[in-house]
Amino acid sequence: MSVIAQSAAPRRLARSRFTFDRLEVLGPLFIAPAILYVVVLVGLPFLLALYYSVSAYSIFNPSYTFVGLKNFREVIDSEIFRRTLANTLIFTISAQIIGLLLGKIGAMLLMQEFPGRRLARALIVLPWAVPVSLATLAWVWMFDSLYSVINWTLVAAGLIDAAHRPQWLGQEDLAMIAVAVVHAWRLFPFGVVIFLAGFTSVPQDVLDAATIDGAGFWRRNYQIILPIIAPIIMIAVIFGTVFTFTDLSVVYLLTKGGPINSTQVLGSLAFQVGILSGDVAHGAAICLFLFPFLLVAVILLLRSLRRREI
Amino acid sequence: MPRLAGKVVGQSSFYAAVVTMVVFAAFPFYWMLITTFKTDGDLYNLKSIPYWFNAPPTLEHLKYLFDDTLFVQWLSNSALIGLCVVAITLLVALPAGYGLARMPGRSGENLSIGIFLTYLVPPTLLFLPLARVVTLLGLQDSMWALVVVYPTFTIPFCTWLLMGFFKSVPREIEEAAIVDGCTVVGAFVKTVLPLSVPAILTVVIFAFTLTVQEFVYALTFISSSSEKPVTLGVATDLIRGDIFYWGELMGAALISSVPVAIAYNLFLDRFISGITGGAVK
Repeated sequence: MSVIAQSAAPRRLARSRFTFDRLEVLGPLFIAPAILYVVVLVGLPFLLALYYSVSAYSIFNPSYTFVGLKNFREVIDSEIFRRTLANTLIFTISAQIIGLLLGKIGAMLLMQEFPGRRLARALIVLPWAVPVSLATLAWVWMFDSLYSVINWTLVAAGLIDAAHRPQWLGQEDLAMIAVAVVHAWRLFPFGVVIFLAGFTSVPQDVLDAATIDGAGFWRRNYQIILPIIAPIIMIAVIFGTVFTFTDLSVVYLLTKGGPINSTQVLGSLAFQVGILSGDVAHGAAICLFLFPFLLVAVILLLRSLRRREI
Repeated sequence: MPRLAGKVVGQSSFYAAVVTMVVFAAFPFYWMLITTFKTDGDLYNLKSIPYWFNAPPTLEHLKYLFDDTLFVQWLSNSALIGLCVVAITLLVALPAGYGLARMPGRSGENLSIGIFLTYLVPPTLLFLPLARVVTLLGLQDSMWALVVVYPTFTIPFCTWLLMGFFKSVPREIEEAAIVDGCTVVGAFVKTVLPLSVPAILTVVIFAFTLTVQEFVYALTFISSSSEKPVTLGVATDLIRGDIFYWGELMGAALISSVPVAIAYNLFLDRFISGITGGAVK
């Protein structure tokens, strides 16, 4: 018996070392297709976008003439663009704030045990789960100029006069509110789910110890729970911000950027200029204003991913 | 008595908060549902209470949707695109996730974070150049363009999820298979993959739902009605000028959202642990 065991052990070691060498050879081959896909269809197009933005390319005159930073200057000088940039920030920030607030409240409610809790969670998650374009269509119908259920309710409650129904998608200020509401509505379930995941990850003994030491509700919330779940919330904010900041479907379907460009966001303006008007060069320049912002998001995400490993 | 009263007030304000939140989240879906089955006369009537049927419900909108529009075609386009994207994603992400998980030291982790970060690159940044790439490939105005482009966001996410999973599979299992005479690929297919069925299922569901939800690339690349996926077809082709077919539109939105919502709900926890990088288990 002992003779067999002795002779088998070195052989197994030799074989497995041999395979490790082979896995090192095969490893890169396993990974190569994924890297290739990302480089060819994300990396190269990104470089092409960079080049478009400093060229005079349009679908009517597809020439790659170099024009330097002219497109960027023209874009920055345009009134519409400055409004667009401001709108994008307003929608993004308001959606994050409402999303985090409602997310926290929602998660605190769902942490309690009550009959129908699972159903409540499933219903609350709906806006985040369904395709954004289809969900936005329901809001277009709810904001309808004549048959809006929101207006009907307001009239029935006596809050507005039936003769002066607000035109949710037709007045500048109201259209801004409409877009912001839809963004927040879509984002807050994500907040709920993230906070729920965070709350459940806080160890109960830590909370019990704090309670025994005399920490009250607020103290437990802000000095114990919040610091523990902060990294998770950070990641959620990064994703939420990127999703809202770069979204164009909500604005495209709700208002098409109108009335008179008042709800335009970077994505929808780039779509209008680059695709509908065929001015690819300016469209690309507009899109690239997303980039410095995305870079910050990437760096923050990298830092929080690293931190969790320490 | 005062304590009991306090408890009742506490309980009812708790339920009031839950109900308010559920109504805010779900009312648009209730609105889709009721609009689908209302007659036109009932829909376009300012006098009656809109929250419930004032005339008997009708199946007319659904009948029109299925018989006289391309809705069924859009659904099958979406399904076909989804299946192809899932297949491509699995073919590319399974070996990549495995290769990264088994890389020595931290290089695998770092490389996978690099791949994961491309998930943050939004369609809004790439739709202009990709429209050109799609034309170069001869795929303009074809749903196959979407089959080529969608893996750009499913592969990074799924590679990341799979890598995390493969790391938890003990290396000894493959080594034992290799000692028994398997090749590296053989050991992966025969021992690791069967253990990974739950992870693979998650990836399939996510790649599929992410694909069905996409709108921007479809809007940019496709203009022929018969090539559209369901999100685009419903949003653009059921609206003609200023005339909206609300019954049909809401029916279509509801039918195509429900399966996605259910699938998403079932796998939500895994998705969350995916994007938080396993910080939450």
